[in-house]
Amino acid sequence: MNEKTNQRRRTLSILVQNKFGVLSRVASLFSGRGYNIESLSVAPTEDPTLSRVTLVTDGSEEILEQIYKQLNKLIDVIKVVDTSRENHVNREMVLVKVRGDASVRADLIRAADVFKGNIIDASARTCTIEVTGEEGKIEAFIDLMTSFGILEIARTGRVAISKGPRTLKPGRVKP
Amino acid sequence: MRIGAELFLDCLVREGVSHIFGFPGGVVLKLYDRLMDSDIKHILTRHEQAAAHAADGYSRSTGKVGVCLATSGPGATNLVTGIATAYMDSVPLIAFTGQVSTDLIGGDAFQEADIVGITRPITKHNFLVKDVADLARTIREAFHIARTGRPGPVLVDLPRDMLDAATRHVYPKTVEIRGYNPVYDGNPGQIRRAANLILNSTRPVIYAGGGVIISAASKELVQMAELINIPTTTTLMGLGGFPASHPLFLGMLGMHGTYAANMTISNSDLILAVGARFDDRVTGKIEEFAPNAKIIHIDIDPSAISKNVKVDIPIVGDAKNILKSLMAELKKHSDTKWKEITREWLKEVNAWEKENPLKYEKIDDVIKPQQVVEEIYRLTRGDAIVTTDVGQNQMWTAQYYKFEKPRRLLSSGGLGTMGFGLPAAIGAQVGNPDSLVFAIAGDGSVQMNIQELITAVQYELPVKVAILNNGYLGMVRQWQELFFDRRYSATDLEVSPDFVGVAKAYGAKGMEGNKPSDVEKIIKEAINTAGPVVMNFRVEREENVYPMVPLGAGIKDMILGPPEKKK
Ligand SMILES: Cc1ncc(C[n+]2csc(CCOP(=O)(O)OP(=O)(O)O)c2C)c(N)n1
Ligand SMILES: [Mg+2]
Repeated sequence: MNEKTNQRRRTLSILVQNKFGVLSRVASLFSGRGYNIESLSVAPTEDPTLSRVTLVTDGSEEILEQIYKQLNKLIDVIKVVDTSRENHVNREMVLVKVRGDASVRADLIRAADVFKGNIIDASARTCTIEVTGEEGKIEAFIDLMTSFGILEIARTGRVAISKGPRTLKPGRVKP
Repeated sequence: MRIGAELFLDCLVREGVSHIFGFPGGVVLKLYDRLMDSDIKHILTRHEQAAAHAADGYSRSTGKVGVCLATSGPGATNLVTGIATAYMDSVPLIAFTGQVSTDLIGGDAFQEADIVGITRPITKHNFLVKDVADLARTIREAFHIARTGRPGPVLVDLPRDMLDAATRHVYPKTVEIRGYNPVYDGNPGQIRRAANLILNSTRPVIYAGGGVIISAASKELVQMAELINIPTTTTLMGLGGFPASHPLFLGMLGMHGTYAANMTISNSDLILAVGARFDDRVTGKIEEFAPNAKIIHIDIDPSAISKNVKVDIPIVGDAKNILKSLMAELKKHSDTKWKEITREWLKEVNAWEKENPLKYEKIDDVIKPQQVVEEIYRLTRGDAIVTTDVGQNQMWTAQYYKFEKPRRLLSSGGLGTMGFGLPAAIGAQVGNPDSLVFAIAGDGSVQMNIQELITAVQYELPVKVAILNNGYLGMVRQWQELFFDRRYSATDLEVSPDFVGVAKAYGAKGMEGNKPSDVEKIIKEAINTAGPVVMNFRVEREENVYPMVPLGAGIKDMILGPPEKKK
């Protein structure tokens, strides 16, 4: 297996039982087998007994196949879909706290506007802006903010959903 | 109203549990108290690790779920090696552990250990019961998970207050776990493709593993092999899944496999893998493994497929079902002259068998370890349940005891756990009171759980322990001899206990064998003894296991025997 030349990045949507310990089962599967987790987000779904995990990972085709199978093997995992293989949309949110006293406030507001961001907090010297979008947009926004002086960043990691009527409904797990 | 402990025992009875192996402690006092009034028989091992191995041996030999029980903290952590052993070999086992009360969890209470966290990567699944209302359902699910699909160990952690709490709950009639639906029937399209591949091959070989034994598919495997005369090899875990005396049987393959098995695999054009997982001890250097073969892989665990070796036709499901469907598919091609296909191939295979059969040299004054195994085989007519430890003793048993039936060889294959043999034999004897149970042990390994002799004595379990005493951690010494210039670092066991004296101290019978002529006599006497026996066979100290595939080599590149004659 040539892992270096054949890297792929994937967004997996994982439907799991909403029980304690589930997240650590998913996470320890990755750490125990040396797989990489780039980002991970988890929250309950419309059905409160289920949670949805969105996990971004990379690896060769073989590793990704193993990840898919190993995740399916976990008893608490109900369904795994490689959302990045489907027609899908994905979003991430970032909160950026920057230096922002009165002298630059106007510039900040303009910058936030360009990215359809919101200023969600401001103090005498700082300003916190929220931006949502695809990764590229988030990166570009962070780049732009560097010139103001970034004090702190919090990112959610990616969430994704397939386009059209398809859903991640619980059902029989694909072998 | 009952308390949790009573409900627990009721659930076990309903699951068909008749024996549990365990060791008590503070948080499980209530459970042990109620156990006295239950129909379930408790076997007190002298170490929790042995309780897990005994439950494992019970399970491997009977096919039933084995159950072990330990207290919180050190009791639970002592189970870990036993659970990992069962996990690697897909043994259905339930480990129940006591836990500190729910209100104390997380506070570093006395004898608290996060056993659910510790065992997460070595169990098929595990549970912490936090509400007595969940107790019965959890037990039901634990047994269901352990015994279905690819079996494996499940741990259930029981906080003390769960055992004390009053409850009206009962054992649930049904079990349904969302997202857990093992697939048992193979995909018909894949089966059709597999049949075509088989019919178009001229050099096929069957490579079978422990999955054949778990799915009780031995009969179907033999039928499959005989249908087209396909030579068959098994892994260590698969031994007994195909009768060793069958003319199509090649013996075990892999690192210490037979010359014929490794050559047949290496020169094949098609491998039909059944319930085996292409372990590195089997494949050797992966790039050189069966370079010209297409691979059909039947396995119930999708994640076992294309993990180590790229497979051409995966078929996920139960081995027995799939073999049946595959044969039905093959029989549709009734115009095929079945046995013609492999005639030429079998000639080649037979030549390899003749060229380098398993062999060792007997000498007059010193017992050869292989001789002991052969003699045990002969005197038990190949029908004993045989456990092994790990190391040379294990490989010689695999090579020289000709297993005819499944569930007769109990050996730690995946984890390679020294000290498995004696407690596993105890468990097997509990599950098979009328069978002859032998533990073929190493002088190093046996000391890792030797305290269990007293368990055998107490419960009148007449296990026969045959120590192949070479005065070394023999397998490690073999590697040191071959690859480290005979620098025997930390492998000399010259200083060792008087095993006969140890046996006697425990109240078992002890016998010492020093010369080849002792072997038959001692084994016969052991078989005729009503109670447990320890046979200490002093064997050739520096005997090696051959053939041997060095680490990193392809499996056709075997070392077939000693480099030069010893003086
Ligand atoms: C618990 C454990 N520790 C270490 C090892 C590594 N190991 C594998 S074989 C072996 C030697 C076993 O010696 P012995 O039981 O005397 O068997 P022999 O090879 O001499 O037959 C050792 C140390 C192991 N398999 N298990
Ligand atoms: Mg030894």
